[in-house]
Amino acid sequence: MNYDSKTKTKFYKVSLITLLFLISLMVTVISVCVGSMSFTIEESLRAVLVADDSSARLIIWHVRLPRILSGGLVGICLSLSGCILQGVMRNHLASPSTIGVTSGASFVGYMTLVVFPSLFYLLPLGAILGAFLTTLIIYAIAYEKGVSPVKMILSGMAVSAVFGAFNDIIRSFFPDKIANATGFLVGSLNGVAWKNLSLILPYAIVGIMICFFLPSKMNILMLGDEMANSLGVRTERFRFFLITISSLLAGAAISVSGLVNFVGLIIPHIARLLVGSDYKYLFPTSIALGYSLVVMCDTIGRIILPIGEISVSIIISFVGAPFFLYLLRNRQKA
Amino acid sequence: MYFGFKNISIRYGEKEIVNDITMDFPRGKTTTIIGANGCGKTSLLKTISRAVSPKKGEVVFKNKPLDHYRPKELAKKIAYLPQIHYSPSDIDVKTLVSYGRYPYRQFGKGLSEQDREVIQNTLNLTGLKNLEDRTLDHLSGGERQRAWIAMTICQEPEILILDEPITYLDIGYQLEIMELIKSLGEKLNITIIMVLHDINLAARYSQHLFSIKDKKIYAYGDPRFVITEERLSDIFNIKAQIYEDNRNACPFIIPEKR
Repeated sequence: MNYDSKTKTKFYKVSLITLLFLISLMVTVISVCVGSMSFTIEESLRAVLVADDSSARLIIWHVRLPRILSGGLVGICLSLSGCILQGVMRNHLASPSTIGVTSGASFVGYMTLVVFPSLFYLLPLGAILGAFLTTLIIYAIAYEKGVSPVKMILSGMAVSAVFGAFNDIIRSFFPDKIANATGFLVGSLNGVAWKNLSLILPYAIVGIMICFFLPSKMNILMLGDEMANSLGVRTERFRFFLITISSLLAGAAISVSGLVNFVGLIIPHIARLLVGSDYKYLFPTSIALGYSLVVMCDTIGRIILPIGEISVSIIISFVGAPFFLYLLRNRQKA
Repeated sequence: MYFGFKNISIRYGEKEIVNDITMDFPRGKTTTIIGANGCGKTSLLKTISRAVSPKKGEVVFKNKPLDHYRPKELAKKIAYLPQIHYSPSDIDVKTLVSYGRYPYRQFGKGLSEQDREVIQNTLNLTGLKNLEDRTLDHLSGGERQRAWIAMTICQEPEILILDEPITYLDIGYQLEIMELIKSLGEKLNITIIMVLHDINLAARYSQHLFSIKDKKIYAYGDPRFVITEERLSDIFNIKAQIYEDNRNACPFIIPEKR
């Protein structure tokens, strides 16, 4: 190891983040153009800008674009939520899926649909509430001067199992009530339209905006509660606030795409490998990576089979699960 | 009272740790608390960082309880370095030191010109200037401890509290850190409060000692008064011979088991 190695410079980090955002843009363009019916960039641009009755307009404007943007937004929200949770729990294995937040959010989301079937727009609020309650449960069980990884993962599994069982009950007994939340069921972005995007957009935007004000305080929280307290942070209050924001983000994402695993776990990890642990760089990096990963995987899922498609959560699991195992193995060595 | 504990009792469940302790720390001096393992030294310090809340009594700063102050205001006056530190290993010295400016930062703003100046001065003062770009995992134990102390100095505190600042260091670094603490206290006129296990270093680097035994203050005052054969025997259950260290003008001990 190079003893005199300097940290990655600010210039390096900013350039890298810029590059990642350019990649996100590129992924978007590719995803718009390719599919069961492929278009050139020119044709696609025309379809976006000119409202006519062409099939290109129908496919690109009404089907692909809302799907891509929703998928991207789901990726952003889940990665940011994972970033925040890893900070709150002071543990790099925390994420909406590993600690069972996704199951809790879908459970309350389902319940909302079953109890208030006519109030479809309440779905995100239900999912956010579910995410919030689940996070609090895990936090209460596993937190003691930082979260013990074993307790966190195990209690996350237990909570997941309980909510998963409830979810199965609802799915078996009220299939008709939840039929119109298709993506929600299977972790797919198939059939996501502008109305789904507009449903979560307000929550997602608020959550993302707040993240821009968090970095310096989160960096202080990483020094431990005693240190953060004596630097003037009200740690208990701040941690509660962070749990609220991460639930807002996770709930918003889950109410569009359902159970998409691993995004909230692996993106913060990759971001940390690329730009280090300073939240000032970690958040923007996670945004660009989260967006690109989900859009890319969804595109692959759309085109990989000659007929039909594979849902985005399956593709991400194929990519994410091996990566998770790799991380666990490296952790043991260290 | 400028700064100290007023009638503090601490309990963990049924177990009483300290009972009705009052300590008035002399302003501008270095004070060290000594006592056997588990006597409540660290718990007392933790009432200052609010990691422990006392059952009775309060921590007083300028005649008012700590709760009277806003956390950020307090952070500009009192700096605290716990025994165990957490940090991401990939941050560099300059970044860690800059965290000491957190209480001075305005919402949504970066470091001010004045912040940068204080950071540079602190790096020079603590001899970390040539290490400022090193990440923490590339530092020796002594250098890392220096970086943490530099962070607390960056808060520009009136009072610096250190919980066992040399526990994990070898004897060379122990002396280096103690010398650094002494010189910072003198140059910046800071009131320093420490917990130390090493009686000889405590005697050499403090103007004032508190010793705790049986949940109470056992003896306090000048090191020559607190460190006597009889008292060491009572506090630590050791037989100690006391000598005079003429070079450093303080007592030093050679302990033996009883």
